[in-house]
Amino acid sequence: MKTVAPVGLVGYGAYVPRYRLAASEVAAVWQGGRDHLPVREKSVPGPDEDAVTMAVEAALNAVSRAQVDPAELGAVYVGSESHPYAVKPSSTMVAEAIGAGPSVLAASFEFACKAGTEALQAALGLVGAGMVPYALAIGSDTAQGRPSDELEYTAGAGAAALIVGPAEGALAVVEGSRSYVTDTPDFFRRAGQKYPRHGGRFTGEPGYFGHVLPAAEALLADLGHGPEDYAAVILHQPNAKFPAKAAADLGFRPEQWEIGLLVGQIGNAYAGSSLIGLTAVLDQAGPGDRILLVSFGSGAGSDAFSLVVTDKVSARQGLAPKTMDYVKRRRPIDYALYARYRGKLAV
Amino acid sequence: MVTSRQDCRTVYVVGVGQVPVGEHWDKSLRDLAVAALRAAVADGGGEAPGALMLGNMLGSTLSEQQHLGALIADWAGFRGIEAASVESACSSGAAALRQGYLAVKSGEHRLVAVLGAEKMTDSVNGLATAGLAMAADAESEAAIGLSFPAINALLMRRYMHEYGPEREDFAAFAMSSHANAVGNPNAMFRKAVSQKACLLAPTIADPVTLMDSAPMADGAAALILADAETAARLGRTGVRIAGSAVATDSLALQDRNELLYLEAVAASTERALAAANRSREDVDFFEVHDAFTIMSILSLEAAGYAPRGEGFRLAQEGVVVRGGRLPICTMGGLKARGHPVGATGVYQAVEAALQLRGAAGDCQVEGARVGLIQNIGGSGATVVTHVLEAE
Amino acid sequence: MALQLPRDWRLQAQRYRLLGAKCRGCGRVVVPIRPVCPGCGSDDVETIKLSGRGEVYSYTVMYKVPDSFERSVPYVVALVRLEEGALISAQITDVEPEEVVVGLPVEVVFRQWRQYGADGHIVYGYKFRPVMPGMAATQ
Repeated sequence: MKTVAPVGLVGYGAYVPRYRLAASEVAAVWQGGRDHLPVREKSVPGPDEDAVTMAVEAALNAVSRAQVDPAELGAVYVGSESHPYAVKPSSTMVAEAIGAGPSVLAASFEFACKAGTEALQAALGLVGAGMVPYALAIGSDTAQGRPSDELEYTAGAGAAALIVGPAEGALAVVEGSRSYVTDTPDFFRRAGQKYPRHGGRFTGEPGYFGHVLPAAEALLADLGHGPEDYAAVILHQPNAKFPAKAAADLGFRPEQWEIGLLVGQIGNAYAGSSLIGLTAVLDQAGPGDRILLVSFGSGAGSDAFSLVVTDKVSARQGLAPKTMDYVKRRRPIDYALYARYRGKLAV
Repeated sequence: MVTSRQDCRTVYVVGVGQVPVGEHWDKSLRDLAVAALRAAVADGGGEAPGALMLGNMLGSTLSEQQHLGALIADWAGFRGIEAASVESACSSGAAALRQGYLAVKSGEHRLVAVLGAEKMTDSVNGLATAGLAMAADAESEAAIGLSFPAINALLMRRYMHEYGPEREDFAAFAMSSHANAVGNPNAMFRKAVSQKACLLAPTIADPVTLMDSAPMADGAAALILADAETAARLGRTGVRIAGSAVATDSLALQDRNELLYLEAVAASTERALAAANRSREDVDFFEVHDAFTIMSILSLEAAGYAPRGEGFRLAQEGVVVRGGRLPICTMGGLKARGHPVGATGVYQAVEAALQLRGAAGDCQVEGARVGLIQNIGGSGATVVTHVLEAE
Repeated sequence: MALQLPRDWRLQAQRYRLLGAKCRGCGRVVVPIRPVCPGCGSDDVETIKLSGRGEVYSYTVMYKVPDSFERSVPYVVALVRLEEGALISAQITDVEPEEVVVGLPVEVVFRQWRQYGADGHIVYGYKFRPVMPGMAATQ
């Protein structure tokens, strides 16, 4: 997919909460094996945080980098699977908190872990069509795993925000994008349920690989690019293994994917996952760098984007905290405090 | 005594009444109020007052009862008289006293009942804490999760930071109040406490501990005020109100001009003493609003009894303890007599009247002629000060 | 629990974006917004957006807290002296109580204040946290 008018990212920002739960803590409580843990630790939101508060901080960081008055935003899109309200849009709260609107299109998106990139696709279309000058797309999640479930080792929290604008002011131009979806019940949470169910190994081949690979391949074919054209690749990261294997299958080398692979340190931030990886890459990117971003959301689908960094990037990187500043800001907690903070104790 | 309209009428305290401060599980707000009021009326010669001014803070929150003036007038046997309730948080009692004083002073009434009543133990789920927080600014303080002890903790922390007092300095105030309460049959805690007990007390809102704060309690106290002619007719001219003043400040700490200087304490003390034509040195005892130890210290400083940053020394140095130059909280104060919030200001006045009558029993301050009493609403937003004198 | 929806809605803008009132007469800045300057009595006051940076002026750690604030117990509440000179009462978040000292540099963040039960509304607003390491600039 390509917009009529050239567009790009004028600002970006991330947020990761400060608490960390080591996978070994989960293993100790549930008698899980200590070997082959899927991540070292995951991020845990504080008791006063949720997908909206995290989205706001990421968005303010993006606004700082874009140097755009929030009043100029034409759209505020928030993608999450953990919106604090079942009915009441997260997007209006974010818009109010950052000073956007009221004349602004605000919408909340939901598509498991790809709700954030879905918001980005919509933002690209809106700006590319010339309907609004700038659009804000956010992926933010405080993901929940059922106690004892393997997801509990990885279900983390974090947010990333991107401001889409005209290419001439962009720090990274979007060359093209792709979406690829099928009806695949690999993971879901029924209405009213607190925890999701998933299909175990069914989430792998038919789910993750069955969408990430074709979406990426189709976009590369659209653009006539090969892996060697990219400085970095970021794939959705539910664990450390899947994105590394998928990237290798696509022909990428570890140095291309390692920079944006944060799952081992913050877990799977769901709608924030691949987007936070993108922000970490942008923090270090230089003019001319080409970046491939591919998300995955259960249910299932992938969005793929190809970006080229411009010379505007270096002046904006330092205008907000870097993603690794958040990753390094960590306070380990034990399973008991984690259970309390995440509302897993019956009070 | 009353010679002309221009001459201000002198206001006398002709009767006092109180119920013991404590946890009165078997008594309601109206039970307590009626008991104290009838005791005061009896003490004042038995005549029905022409008006009732009632101080209460939490009736609506904890007893789901407003409209207390008419209710208590009726239940106490005075249906038909003028009655109203007055609210200014923890200074509601003294605010009612102020209204009663004005009613007599103005000549509108000759015999007025002043009542402070509070029932804090009727709700068991933290509602009292929430109710007390209403003394603070709902939109900028209570809304962010501040409790009333926490507001005092903010004062205490900054005071410690600026002036460097030790925990022992704060403990000395609590110990003094407890020692004074031993002789008061109406006090909640008639028990001296050790310095060790104070230092080991559990923390409520760091650095405020249980021993820094006055206890919630039930209680009611009443006064009968009369003009000179009526007091003389009743043969009760022993104690008069020589000065009365109220001053206000911001509810929220964040809006104060100087966090550690209680401007309303300074202003109302100044005005009350001026009205009584008295200097600070004339005062024989001072009923301080010791809801928290830090409030005692800040009050003593703002009232002019210690330079700023020096008030914390007054208890350890023996100035404000029994037998000292300026005894405070002579019958236990809020800390040990107990702090039934809206009733406290009236208890202070009852206790001062007893001291000036020479009827304070084991708590008697020898030769007391001039008493200063001060009741504070919130963390210093309303400060009501009275000077009572023996004739 | 009673839902004070109109009140919380009315105060949203200043709580979400930390707005204050600045007196055009004497220059005093206060939070929350009020119509008359408490310093000089002028009613010529304007609404301003505060920088959100300041330092801890005093603080307390609360263990016994009002209803609907239990989620974060124990929590730190401070008086923060803002760059603009105003004092503001606010919770300090993302911090261990023992890390807080008078003079600690802090910055504003947007957080949950309270939840009116599982089916009531969530109140959001300003809190402060120790300044992020690496924080070069904010908006």
